[in-house]
Amino acid sequence: MPQRFSFSRLMFWVGIAFLYVPMLVLVVYSFNESRLVTVWAGFSGKWYVELFQDQQIMTAVWRSLQIAFLSASAAVVLAILGSLIMVRHRNFKGRTLFSGMITAPLVMPDVIIGLSMLLLFVAMGQMIGWPENRGMLTVWIAHTTFCLAYSTVVISSRLREMDRSLEEASLDLGANQIRTFFQVTLPIIAPAIVSAWLLSFTLSLDDVVIASFVTGPGATTLPIEVFSSVRLGVTPKINALATLIIAAVSLVAIGSWYLTKRMNDRVSAQLATS
Amino acid sequence: MNTYPTLKKFVPQGRYTLMAAPFLWLGIFFLLPFLFVAKISVAEGALAIPPYTALIEWLDGVLNIRVSFYNFQWLLDDPLYIQAYWNSIKMAFWSTVYCLLIGYPMAYAIAKAPKDKQTVLLLLVLLPSWTSFLIRVYAWMGLLKNNGLINNALMWLGVINEPIQMLNTNFAVYIGVVYSYLPFMVLPLYANLVKHDNSLLEAAADLGAGHIKRFFTVTFPLSMNGVIAGSMLVFIPVVGEYVIPELLGGTETIMIGKVLWQEFFNNRDWPVASALALIMVLILLVPIGLFHRIQNKEGGL
Repeated sequence: MPQRFSFSRLMFWVGIAFLYVPMLVLVVYSFNESRLVTVWAGFSGKWYVELFQDQQIMTAVWRSLQIAFLSASAAVVLAILGSLIMVRHRNFKGRTLFSGMITAPLVMPDVIIGLSMLLLFVAMGQMIGWPENRGMLTVWIAHTTFCLAYSTVVISSRLREMDRSLEEASLDLGANQIRTFFQVTLPIIAPAIVSAWLLSFTLSLDDVVIASFVTGPGATTLPIEVFSSVRLGVTPKINALATLIIAAVSLVAIGSWYLTKRMNDRVSAQLATS
Repeated sequence: MNTYPTLKKFVPQGRYTLMAAPFLWLGIFFLLPFLFVAKISVAEGALAIPPYTALIEWLDGVLNIRVSFYNFQWLLDDPLYIQAYWNSIKMAFWSTVYCLLIGYPMAYAIAKAPKDKQTVLLLLVLLPSWTSFLIRVYAWMGLLKNNGLINNALMWLGVINEPIQMLNTNFAVYIGVVYSYLPFMVLPLYANLVKHDNSLLEAAADLGAGHIKRFFTVTFPLSMNGVIAGSMLVFIPVVGEYVIPELLGGTETIMIGKVLWQEFFNNRDWPVASALALIMVLILLVPIGLFHRIQNKEGGL
C-alpha cells in the first residue's frame, strides 16, 4: 500500500489520542504539588507517600490482589475443562445451554450479575447455611464465574486452531490420554492460558459493581474503596494510585505480549524444522 | 462386581465428572441465581433480614404460597421507571452508533496495516481497556469539571468567558461510555476485517468500482457479523451501566442501572430491584441471543 493520505489511518491516530490523552493527564497531575487537581503548582511525589501511608487503601490493595489471584487461577482451570468440552465434543446434551452460559456473562450488565448472585448467596445461606455470611469467599465465587466465561472464550479459540495430529501421534506412540494432555495439548495452548489468566486477573481487580453487591463487612476491595472516594470528587491520591495501576498494567501487557510472541515464534520455528 | 450393570450408566465416570465441573459451576452460580431474582421479584418488601417476604410459608398447618405482582404494577404505573428504561436504551443505542463511527475506521486501519505491525496496533487499542475501568472514567471527571482542564484551556484561549457545564450531564456520560467501550467495538471488527479476501476487492476494482463504492458494496456488507458482534458488546452492557452515569452523569441522567442500584442500596427494596433486573433481562434477551449466534458463527464458541 502506498503511503498516501488515508481517512482510516487518520481516524486511527485520532482514536488513539482520544484513548491515551486522558490517562496521560491523570499521570501528569499525580505529580502535582497542589491539592487542586487542575492547577499545576510544581513537581512533587508527596501524593505517593500519602497513598502508601493510607492503611485502608493498602489493605484493600492486598485483599484485591489475593482475590484476583485466586479467581483467575480457579477460572482458568475450569475454563480449560470447559474449552475441552466445547471444542472436542460437538454434540452433547445441553451444549446450547452451556455455550449460552459462556457468552451471556460476557455482555450481561454488572448490576444484574451482582444482584442475582447476592440473592443466590442469601437464599443458600438460609436454606443450607452456606455461605454463612458474605465476604472474600463470595467475591471470589462471583469473580471466578465471570472470569470463567472470558477465559473459556480465549482458551477455546486457541484449542480449536490447534493441530490435532500432534495429539494423535502421541497416542499412537503409546502415551495415554492424560499424559498426552499434559505433554502435548497443554504446552500448545499455554500462551492462551497465560492470556486468559492475565485477562481474568485484571477483570477481577477492576470490578466494582459485582463486588459491591456480594461483599460483606471487612471485605472491601480496592475498586470499592476507590469508587467511594472518587464519588466525593477528584483527589490527587487517587491519581497516584491510577498512575501505579497504569504503569503495572502496561508493563505486564507489554511483557506478556513479548513472551507470547517469542513462544509462538519458537513453536512455529520448531514446527518448520521438524 | 457389577451387580448392577445398568447402574454404571448413571454413576458419573471420572473423566466426565471432571468435565462437568465448569458446566455445574456456571449452572449454579450464573443460571440458578436468575430463578431467585424471579422469585424475589414476586415477593413483597418487609422489614426483616433479608428484607422480603417468603414465597412459601408453613403457617398453622396451612401451606401459604404468596405471589405478588404488585412490584411489576408499581413499576409500570410510575413513569420514572419507564423513562429510565427508555433513556437507557436510547443512550446505549447512540453510544453504540458513536463507537461504531469511531471504531470502524480504526479497525479498518489496523486490518490494512502491514501484517507484522497489526498486533502492535491492536495492542495499542486494547491496552487502555486492561487498566482500571473505574480509573478511566475518573480521568474524565478531572477533564470535564467546571474548573477542569478543558474549561480552563478554553477560557485561556478566550473561546469562552464562563466555564461550560460538562460534568454531570448526558454529554459527559456519552464521552465516558464511548471512551470505555471503544476497544470492545474495535476488537471484533478487526477480527472480521482481517479475514477478508483481497481478491474480491481487486475483482470489484477491475469491474470499475471506485474506492468508496468498493467499500460500501464489498467490505462493509462482508463485515456485518463484526459490526453486530461489536455493537452488541457495547449496547448490552451499556443499557445496565451504573458506574459511568453515577460518576459523570447528573440529575438528568436517569438510567436503569442507577435506579436499580438506588432501589437496592438506598431504599433496601430488594423485590423492586429484582423486578427491575428481571425486566431488564427480558429486554436484553433478544440482543444477547443475537450476540450468541454471531459469536457461534464467527467461530468464537
